[in-house]
Formats: sequence, structure tokens, C-alpha cells
Amino acid sequence: MNSSVNNKTRRNALKTLAGGSSLVLGALAFPRLVQAQAEAIRIGFPVPLTGAFAAEAQAVVRGAELAIKEFNDAGGLNGVKAELLVRDDKLNPQEAATRTIELIDKDKANFIVGSVSSAVQLSVNNVTKQRKVIYNSISQSDTINEAKDWSRYTFHECLNPHMTAGAVARYAIPKMGKKVVFLTADYAYGHEMARGFQTAGKALGMEVLADIRHPLGTTDFSSYFPRILALNPDVLIVCNFGRDQQISFKQANDFGIKKQMKIIAPLLMHNGRMVDGHKAYEGIIGGTGYYWGIEASTPSSKRFNDSFKSLHKGLYPTDYAALGYAGVHNVLAAVKAAGTTDTEKVVTALRAVKGDLYKGNVYFRACDHQAVQSVLIVESKDRAVAANDQDIFSVVATENFDESKLRSCSELGHPA
Amino acid sequence: MQRTRTSRLAFFTAHPGGRPPVRLCRVYQQKTIDSYMELSFNLIAQQLVTGLALGSIYVLVGVGLSLVFGLLTIVNFAHGAFFMVGAYVGVFVFAKTGNFWICMVAVPLITGAIGMLVERVLVRPLYGRGIDYPLLLTFGLAYVMMDLTRMAFGVQGEPFEAPEALQGAVDIGIGMFPLYRLFLIAVTSVILFALWLFLEKTRFGLIVRAGARDPLVLRVLGINVSTVWLAIFGVGTGIAGLAGLLAAPMRGVSPEMGVPILIEAFVITVVGGMGSLGGAIAAGLLVGVVVSFTTLFRPELAEFSMFALMAITLIFKPNGLLGRKGLMG
Amino acid sequence: MKTKNTFQSPVLAFLGKQPALAVMALLAVFPLIFPFHSLAINILLFGLFAAGYNLTFGYTGKLSFGHAAFFGGGAYGCGILISQYAIAWPLALGFGVVLAGLIALLMGLLAMRTRGIYFAMVTLALAQCVYFLFFQANSLTGGDNGLRGVNVNTVNLGPLKLDLLNPLVKYYFMLVFVAIAIWLINRILNSAFGSILEALRENEHRARACGINVEGTRLLSLVISGMVCGLAGALNAINLSTVSIDSLSYHTSGQVMMMTLLGGMGTFFGPFLGAGIFLGIEHVVTGITERWQLIVGVIFIILVLFFPKGIWGTALARYKK
Repeated sequence: MNSSVNNKTRRNALKTLAGGSSLVLGALAFPRLVQAQAEAIRIGFPVPLTGAFAAEAQAVVRGAELAIKEFNDAGGLNGVKAELLVRDDKLNPQEAATRTIELIDKDKANFIVGSVSSAVQLSVNNVTKQRKVIYNSISQSDTINEAKDWSRYTFHECLNPHMTAGAVARYAIPKMGKKVVFLTADYAYGHEMARGFQTAGKALGMEVLADIRHPLGTTDFSSYFPRILALNPDVLIVCNFGRDQQISFKQANDFGIKKQMKIIAPLLMHNGRMVDGHKAYEGIIGGTGYYWGIEASTPSSKRFNDSFKSLHKGLYPTDYAALGYAGVHNVLAAVKAAGTTDTEKVVTALRAVKGDLYKGNVYFRACDHQAVQSVLIVESKDRAVAANDQDIFSVVATENFDESKLRSCSELGHPA
Repeated sequence: MQRTRTSRLAFFTAHPGGRPPVRLCRVYQQKTIDSYMELSFNLIAQQLVTGLALGSIYVLVGVGLSLVFGLLTIVNFAHGAFFMVGAYVGVFVFAKTGNFWICMVAVPLITGAIGMLVERVLVRPLYGRGIDYPLLLTFGLAYVMMDLTRMAFGVQGEPFEAPEALQGAVDIGIGMFPLYRLFLIAVTSVILFALWLFLEKTRFGLIVRAGARDPLVLRVLGINVSTVWLAIFGVGTGIAGLAGLLAAPMRGVSPEMGVPILIEAFVITVVGGMGSLGGAIAAGLLVGVVVSFTTLFRPELAEFSMFALMAITLIFKPNGLLGRKGLMG
Repeated sequence: MKTKNTFQSPVLAFLGKQPALAVMALLAVFPLIFPFHSLAINILLFGLFAAGYNLTFGYTGKLSFGHAAFFGGGAYGCGILISQYAIAWPLALGFGVVLAGLIALLMGLLAMRTRGIYFAMVTLALAQCVYFLFFQANSLTGGDNGLRGVNVNTVNLGPLKLDLLNPLVKYYFMLVFVAIAIWLINRILNSAFGSILEALRENEHRARACGINVEGTRLLSLVISGMVCGLAGALNAINLSTVSIDSLSYHTSGQVMMMTLLGGMGTFFGPFLGAGIFLGIEHVVTGITERWQLIVGVIFIILVLFFPKGIWGTALARYKK
């Protein structure tokens, strides 16, 4: 065997070794990310900090931070403080699953709260379900309440499409007319809103002229409007979310849809209204989980708003900020009531949590852990009559919490 | 005749013997059947005009991409990012001047300048290395441009309104139609005409066309090819930026607005033929109209129809409608 | 006359001749030194995905933008069998791999005649069609909500009971399959088929003139590549217990392309290194700032400009000099 062959194999081996050791060294040199302190109540918080819902995610984090602060300022659990471990799920269910696994395994999170996207919440839920960790979801879709996905560790803080759509239907149909056309985003959440609306509307004698589905992420709705105008309904019900909603309202305005019919939305997004202003949103009625403007009539809202403003430099809480707050607050309240972070005990305590955080009493329904809460019906407010730059809505009605307005336990597949 | 329609549940219970005959299309999952299906001439015509307006944006982005590919053989994966940057430049210039018409001049110039900077610094070193490298580089560049925009303007997006003169809807005989979209069709035609003039009637255009056929010829003639390519890259990205500005009043402005555009631009360029301007125009309008009509009958297929069209073109007529052979590599 | 080398180790010599074994050995000790076990599993699986992609891009020289269809196809194939039909995981894994291979076969047949940039475009378009199909079949796949319930919590191997909820155990469990796949790739590349692939990459016309069935070879290499990516996807489905529709999107294709380029195309170790670096950087950066896309993009640009062979590839080239 001659030396050049020896040299070559030696080189190959050394190369691989060099590559390997660089990987090893790189691993060892990994900066220690902010690791949780030893003794603390850790709440894992995967939210879409990057991507289309970044604005909503930022709001949610602000709310969660307030909840953590209030808990810690009140002494924590016998001196043990709570800690928020915020992670970016990039609006991607697989990324969210990875982050959640890491939060549980590596960062030793005791509880998980979070998600804005419905696909992401289901993915996170599957992971927490497997590992028997409590998950309080702040994503809208109520697929998570269905027996197939649900587990006793699953809690749903957020109001679901059935509730919001139903509330808006019950308010709007008697006032605006019975002939309706749906413009629905063609994905699970859009369908849920449409279904919730149809269920409530049927009881009111609603007549569906068409259910027009648009692909998620549509940027140009112009192809839909001629048809909608030709159908000539009393009401156009826009069942979508985020940027889709923002763009569809803008373009509906351009096409003069509002001259011929009313527009309503089961869920009205705060961020869209903040960015685009009153013109596109004028006359549109929709549902929401929270609006700070109710502080005039609701003391708990005033308390919440003031705390939020003092922590976040004068910013009022939006719907998603309130959700972030409630999601974390309730888990911590259950921990305090149970006196421990032991999962089983906290589940029992969380099921019993009840309280008026900012809009009236909220409690978790026993069969599916859905937070039963009120829905606010809002309408866009013109800047001319607004109190300040953040006064974007006026509340026209409130539908109080009522279990009978939810999908029944048996409908969701739970034993009665 | 208006046939009343009730919700889906009632539909299936009300017709126990089976579904009532659907007048025009028996389509699975379609829940609407009545009055609009009296496909009046008005509705068809409106949908057509909608398709042309939609197609105008497609044409502009497709033309930019096709120019750059046809003459530089570069697939610019940051094309959607330049679209987005154009919209944000528009927001910025509008905030400073309050004049949409100034924006229309400033945006393509500024975006084109950014494009030329990118070409000089990032893309030029890659010439001669193979067709994949500029594609990969621009792929990374798109990420960078989006995040820089987020850092400068925030993640929530910006509002953008059409100028007062262009707002509202007009009656075009077949129904009310937004004035801005008619403006869009008109402006696109003007831009395309200007581009055609430039390519066919000016000396520089002649050089560009010659360079597309054979870069060697240019060198033999002593023309500085790299300047030509720099200019073309600038023109291509400038048009993309202008398209972004023109789309902004319709869609709003957000850092992610360029992402779907990129895919759409690829479809247009491929279907029309890479490097063919006429092809990009034809394909853009075709796709706009196809999407518009697909939306009328089966909206969930609208996006799929674009890709199916792209796949079919690539498999059966790889050079596209009007493309030339030998540009692939 | 045999020159005595100053440094001669039989182990190193052996490893040098067997890069596959070297990689396997490294991967075997990796989690013992790397504290983030869940991330390690991700690196393992995406490394395999990149290794499969490398077969098409690095060894055959064709830029593909559609490999997410194989990864996602494998993931859904395996996931659907486990969650909807309660089929045992070995069968489900196998099915995922086969399904991915079939998708690759179909895509290859349709894209066979396209060259260069058009191949990238066709694969992109076809992968989007696959995305659409899986999206619409939402009773099977869960549509945009994704597929949940791919729960393989324990694996019973005779007397041995593996708790897959323990990340270290899960890592080694998956390593077995990754190692098998690596070994197979190595065998293929070192076989006659591997030489043909290399010939094709160097000069297609000459290869054709030598009588090589160019289309058939390309198709076969794509199918093998697809199956490897499908295995990675199927394992990932078990890893995360869910499959998301995003695994079929062109972003996933772009990610694996970046990883392969980062590590070094056409090298054995490159894909795993690339996956490690890409995911590692992402992990670190997302902990510090939300602007991870900026950092990843800049790194990518630097790589394309200055290290087109990727990190490992450039290191190899330097070392050779």
C-alpha cells in the first residue's frame, strides 16, 4: 500500500473528524439562551411573532406580561414567582409543535398558553395532550373543543366562532333583513363562522342566497363583487380573518357594496381597523371579545385598562391583548387556588375558576372547558367623534354569557 | 326568476327525492344556484373587465420578471420583494409629498435604483457561474428585504388610499365599476406602450434586443454589456415597484404582500414564455381572466387553476405561448 | 517502498474510507454533547431530508423546487395510517416512503424533458398541485387544520419498551432509520449507478452518447431521492405527532434547498452539517430577535457569493489543496 493512499484515507478521516468536531465545538459554544430560573412557575407561550398575525401576537404578549406582573406583585405562590417563556411559532404548526416540545422537555414549562392560528393550536394541543400538560388556548376555532382533539388538559379561553357569529346574527338579522350572502374564507375557521351564523340565523328565518368561498390569502376580491351585487341581499356576511378581512372590506368599499347592502362580520379585527381607518369600516357591524371602551360602564374593564396602560405606556388593550391576559391570568389563578403546580390539582382548580376580569363573569364549561363569556357587538367609530386615536369602535350591544348559545356537549362528541 | 335558497341543512331535507336540477353547472359542493346563474351579459361583461384589471397587475409583474430573465437569464426570486418595496416607497413618498402622481414617477425610479444597486453589488459577481446561483441569492435577498422593511415600518402594515380623483365607482354601461381599476387598466396600457416604444424604436432598445439574441454580438460591437444588464435589471425591478404602488390602494401595504406575487409572476412568465414581453402581456391578461371566471364558478379552484396552467404549459409547450428556445441552460 | 507515516490510525483510516460510517458515528454521539435534544432530532430528520435533496441537486445537478411534496407526502402517508386507521408504525413508515416514491415517480415522468431552470419551475408548479390536493382532501388530511393524532408514544420491541416521549430515546430510535438510509445512499453512490449519476452531471451529452439511458437514470435518482425525503417526513410525523399542510409548501422546499447549499452539495456530510447550522442559527436567533429572516437571509447571501460549495464543501476543497 503506497503512501498516497494512506494519506488520502487519513485526510478523509481527518476531514470528517474536523467537520464533526466543528459541529461539537459549535454545540458547546452555543450561547445559553435565556433559561428559566430554577424555582418558578413557568408558562410556555408560543405565539406567531413573525408572519401575518405578528400584530395580534404582539398584543397577546402585552396582555400576558400584565398577568404575570400582577401575579408576581401580589406575592406569587408563597413567594414563588411566575415566568413567561415567549416563543415564536412562526404561524407554522410544525414549528409550534417543536417549540412546545422544547418548552416542556428542555425549559420545564409547567403550563402552556398561546396560539393565534387554529391549525397551530391543534398542533400544540396534540403535543401537550400526549405529555399531560395543561394548555389554555387563545385561538378562536372550536375544533379544539371537539372530542377528537380535546383532553382534560385542554382549556379554551378564547371565544369561538359559534359564539361570535351567533351573537352577531341575533343582533343583526332582525335589524337588517333576512336575505344574506356569505363571503367565507375557505378554511376550517371560515367554515366555522359561517356554520355558527347559519345555525343562529335559521332560528330567525334567515334566507341564505349564497355561500361564496374564497381561498385563504386572497388579495383581490374583485371577482366576487359583481356576483354579490347581482344577488342583491340585505346583508353581506364576511367570514374571514386578519389581512383577508382587511382587504375585503377595503375593496368592498371601492365597489360600492355598502350602497346596496349592509356588511357584517362575525369577528371584527382591531388591527385592521387601526391600520386602515374608518372609511373602509364605516357601517360594518361585528363581534369581538373585548373593547376597552366599555370602561365607562364596567368597573373591571377600567381597572384592567388602567393597569395595562401603566405597564404599556398609555396603550389601551385590544381584543387580543385581553385574551393574552385572561389566558395566563386564569391559569395562575388556578395555581394559586390549588396551592401547587401539580397538573392534576391545577386542572381541578382551573375548572372551577370564575371571575370578572374585564368584561363580566367568565367560567369554563364542564364538558369541554370552553370559557363561557360575553360577546361585544361593535361598530367602527369615526375619528371625529372619537375620544383619542385608539378609540376605534363603539359598542352597540352586548350578548351576555350563556351556555345555551354554545354548541351542545353532545354535538361536540362529549358524553353528556 | 328568483329561486329562493335556504341553508345547506334545509336544502337536503327539502328535496328528499334528490337534488333539484341545477340550471347551468352541476358542480359538487356549490351551494348557490339561483338568480346570478342567469348569467346575464352584464355579469359576464363585468367579470371580464374585472379579469382585465386583475390581469393588469399580473402583466406588470410578469413583464418585469420576464425582462430580467429574457435578457439576463436570471430568475429573480426577490421580484415579489421589489413589488413590496415599491409599495412602501410609495407610502414614504406620499407621506412627504401628498401627491400620488409624484409617487408614480418617484417609485419606479427609486425602486429601480435599489434594483441596480443590488445588481451591481450582489448579482454581478455571480455571472458565469451557472443559472442556479442568482436564483439562490435572490431567494435569500427576499428574506432580507422583507425583514428590513419590517424593521423600518413595523409589522402591522400601512394604509394607502387612491387619490381623491380616482376614488368611487362609475357606470360603464354594464354596471358600476371602481374608477381606480379602470385607471389601472389604462395606466398599464400606457406603460406597456412606452416599453414597446423603448424596445422597438430607441437605440438602447435595439441594443437590448440584440443582447437578448446574442450577448456576444454586443461585445463584438464594443458595447458594454454589463451596463446594459444593469439598466435592464433596474427597469425590471422598477416596473415591479410601480406595480406594487398601483396595487397598494386595492390591497393595502404589508411586508408580506410580495409573497403571493412572486408565484403569480412565475406563472405568468412561464405561461407567456420566459423572455417574451408579448407573452407576458398575453399570459397576464389570460390568467387574470381565467382566475376571474374560475372565481365565478368554482372559487376554490382559482389558485389551483393557475398552477395547473403553469404545469400544463411546462409539460406540453415548455417555451410558453410566445417564448423562444434556447434560453434555458 | 512504503513511507512510514507519522500519523497512522487504523480507526481513522477506516472512517476515512467510509464517510457514511463516520457520519453515523458522529450522529450517534451528537445528542450526548448537544444539550438541546428536541433540536437534535430536528437536525437529524432535516439532515436526512437534505441528504435526499442532495441526491437530486448535488449529485445529479438539477435544482428542484418541489421536494416538499415528497417530504409532506411521506409525512401524510405515515400519519394518516397511524391516526385514521390505527395501523402499526412500521407499516405506516413503509407506506409513507412508498407514497413519497410514487409522487416522485409521477413528478419525474411529467418533468422528464425539462431542463435547467424549467425543471425548477415545473417541480414548483407540480408541488403546488400536490399541496392543493392534500389541502382539499380534508377528511383524510385535516386540510388546513393539519393532521393530528399521530401518536406513537411507546414502541414495543420484544422485551424492550421504548418511551418515545423521552427525547433522547426518540433520537436514537430515529437514528436507526436514518442510519439505514445513509448506508443505502452510500451504497448507491458507490455503485455503478453512482458512477452513471456522476457521468450525467459532468456531461449529459457524452453520457447519452455512451448509451446511458439519461431519462431513466434521472427518473430513478429522483424516485430514490423522493423516498429518502419521504422517510424523513414520515419520521417527522411521528416526532411531532402532527402533520401540517405547510410541510408541502414551497417554503419547505426552499428551506431544504438552503440547508443543502449551506452544508455543501455533492458531499456526504454536507446536508447534515447544513441542517445543523441552519436550524441551530434559527434557534439561536429566534431566542434573541424576531428578525431571524434577516440573519438567515444575509448568511445565505454570503454563502452564495463566497462559499458556493457550502461550508463543508469549501472546507473540503481547501483541505485538498
